[in-house]
Amino acid sequence: MQELLSEVVIPTMSYISRIIVPMLEGTVVTLKLFFITIILSIPLGVLIALARISKYKLLSSAVATYIWLLRGTPLLLQVFFVYYGLPNFGIVLDNFPASCIAFVLNYAAYLAEIFRAGIQSIDKGQYEGAKVLGFTYWQTMWRVILPQTVRRVLPPVSNEAITLVKDTALVYAIGLGELLRATKIAVSRDAVTSPFVVAAVFYLAMTFVLTKVFDKLEKRFAVY
Amino acid sequence: MYMIEARNIHKSFDRLHVLKGISLNVEEGEVIAIIGPSGSGKSTLLRCLIHLEVIDRGDITIQGQPFAYETEEGKSCYVPDKQVREICKKLGMVFQNFNLFPHKTVLGNIIEAPVIVNKMDREEAVDIAEGLLKRVGLADKRDNYPSQLSGGQKQRVAIARALAMKPDIMLFDEPTSSLDPELTGEVLKVMRDLAEDRMTMLVVTHEMGFAREVADRVIFMDDGEIIEEGCPKDIFRSPSNERTKSFIEQVL
Repeated sequence: MQELLSEVVIPTMSYISRIIVPMLEGTVVTLKLFFITIILSIPLGVLIALARISKYKLLSSAVATYIWLLRGTPLLLQVFFVYYGLPNFGIVLDNFPASCIAFVLNYAAYLAEIFRAGIQSIDKGQYEGAKVLGFTYWQTMWRVILPQTVRRVLPPVSNEAITLVKDTALVYAIGLGELLRATKIAVSRDAVTSPFVVAAVFYLAMTFVLTKVFDKLEKRFAVY
Repeated sequence: MYMIEARNIHKSFDRLHVLKGISLNVEEGEVIAIIGPSGSGKSTLLRCLIHLEVIDRGDITIQGQPFAYETEEGKSCYVPDKQVREICKKLGMVFQNFNLFPHKTVLGNIIEAPVIVNKMDREEAVDIAEGLLKRVGLADKRDNYPSQLSGGQKQRVAIARALAMKPDIMLFDEPTSSLDPELTGEVLKVMRDLAEDRMTMLVVTHEMGFAREVADRVIFMDDGEIIEEGCPKDIFRSPSNERTKSFIEQVL
């Protein structure tokens, strides 16, 4: 009995070596989705944040509606919508690009609110200091406000990044071969649950590295 | 030609009428101290002159160029944004709270506007900045961040930063009010040097000593109006208005 339990839950080295390759392949897909989402959603989030605080009411309320829609519905629903819903409008996407689109749009909405909070936390004296030196709006944003915002938003962005690593598991639902799907395939095929433990270790490793990266970034920005 | 010509400026914040028809001409090289109780509109006046606040009525002309003008409906308009920026570049401003850029070093603060706004060569900007730092006595602080400086040092950096844009007029909005008393002297000394170099200066201040010794003209404001103005000797020794008299008695 004892032997059987450990066989099922705790993977042996020989078993791990059999499942490691498909799980690593799944991790590559997970990481691809992660990086594409991070790289595209951050600049998009900045633009959305700036639009949200724009003095042009129409732009600001359009963006507020966007944020409400994207934060107000499940990410999985949005993935389904892009993958299953858009073909009704003649847009047929493979599951990977569909996932990327849904993730980027969703994460940009969350990040935009973090960036907005960061931007609005900067003292108005900074805008005045820049203005009397002749800075334009974009020069002020780019050279004065956003650089100071980066430091303040690092902790909440780090939170989002960690959530994102784990949210990638959602796309399992549209058949994308990421880490969790590779895990589930092994579990079903071999009638053991030990691959879940391996998957947990993989996720933990990824979030560990992320945590360290953000720690480094915070230290680097703490010079002033 | 006057450096600044302001005529009948009105400014309200919601229902609060802060400036009630201020007219003011500033000559080249003139040092003007603006004094008065808090809430009298002194700071608002400076802020209107550099477009940090928008006037409701009246005209402002800077070095002969129209800046804001009253339309026939009795509302004031500013010239287009681009011109506003060009005209503002002729004015430097120093704030009570410094408003240095905390993420930039002292040198970075000073070269930022010349390089970014005026597209000056970085090396040239650094040369100018180092000269200015020497002038305000902070050459050894060039690579420090503002957070590592004392209030007096911060304010001197802020003055150097404003001077780096080679303004023709300097506006000082209570430059020593947030400093510890023992640090005001170093800032006032820099301002004295500037005055000796014939910089046109408008200084909102509570430093009566500075107003008396350095200013060519003292303006006393109360309740949104210029109550009295004249040379420091007259204002401080024999003010003609009752309100001026009681204010000066209080602060001296």
